[in-house]
Amino acid sequence: MKFGILINEGPYQHQASDTAYNFVKAALDKGHEIFRIFFYHDGVNNGTRFTVPPQDDRNIQVRWSELAEKHGLDLVICIAAAQRRGIMDEDEAKRQGIDGNNIAPGFRISGLGQLIEAGIQADRLVVFGD
Amino acid sequence: MTILHTVNKSPFEDSSLESCLRCSKAGSTILLIEDGIYGATEGTIISDKVKAAMADRTVCALQPDVEARGMKDKIIEGIKLVDYAGFVDLATENDTVESWL
Amino acid sequence: MSDTTKKFLYLNRKAPYGTIYALESLEVVLIGAAFEQDVALAFVDDGVYQITKGQDTAGIGVKNFSPTYSALGDYDVNKIYVEKESLEARGLTVDDLLDLKYEDEDDDWAEKDSIRVVTAQELADIMDEQDVILSF
Repeated sequence: MKFGILINEGPYQHQASDTAYNFVKAALDKGHEIFRIFFYHDGVNNGTRFTVPPQDDRNIQVRWSELAEKHGLDLVICIAAAQRRGIMDEDEAKRQGIDGNNIAPGFRISGLGQLIEAGIQADRLVVFGD
Repeated sequence: MTILHTVNKSPFEDSSLESCLRCSKAGSTILLIEDGIYGATEGTIISDKVKAAMADRTVCALQPDVEARGMKDKIIEGIKLVDYAGFVDLATENDTVESWL
Repeated sequence: MSDTTKKFLYLNRKAPYGTIYALESLEVVLIGAAFEQDVALAFVDDGVYQITKGQDTAGIGVKNFSPTYSALGDYDVNKIYVEKESLEARGLTVDDLLDLKYEDEDDDWAEKDSIRVVTAQELADIMDEQDVILSF
């Protein structure tokens, strides 16, 4: 079965991203397909490579990046939500005249249409938030 | 069509469980996750409502969240504990997933 | 792009301004309208406060986005369900809500109300018919 995933909260503050990660891993283990993971609201903060959690804690961003690499996941950060919260890729930083970018490996920035498309294409859309 | 409802908040701080109980149909499944698992515990001001719902709906709780919060011995009898793989199965067995955020 | 139309329900349970959920949910609805799916909105619990009349945000320095709901009819978003129990619990009636209208192309463009107050059980039936339920 094909899953679309929506994550509405950032890392650490809420459990949403952890629950979504465990759900996605379990779905992949069962042989399901993850069509797309869309990050919205504060969820866009999962995609900054500038987070440095304590050594003995999980690194939520790195975990997503590694899972994406291993399984070819499509991690999409909403551009409108990202602009509000300072998540930038190289192109967007250039366009906005900002002196750097912070997007993590495996993530890409795109529009809300990608969420709607996930709803259309996936057999199930599962929302994780607060 | 059947719905898998997920509730992730404690019923003592948020109305999401009560709203889910009010707006869910017989035959649907309610999965309590994260702080929502406190709604699966025995002897609370809401446990009678949860038990009443169990007459025509299936109520489950996410076991890793139950264990993380030390509530394993307090779960209402008849509530099924599932792991993340079980969560995935519930999502596939039902037609839609509705998150009561 | 799939050529099948799916039923999308946006479930709104949070009040405006205190958090950004209501505004960013509305942004999804507006973008989603371009995809020509079968869209409905549900307002439950504090979500009903999103569509109350008389919002004036001048004093808090935040944009008042409530007028945008009135434009939804032009985007063919005209199934707006409000749960009766949530309204009543908050001492509200439909008269406290925005006057949301749409023109029904199947009925000689007659102007009709978009808001339909439904009981929890009626809403449960509506939710049951959906393919995708987005909550924020």
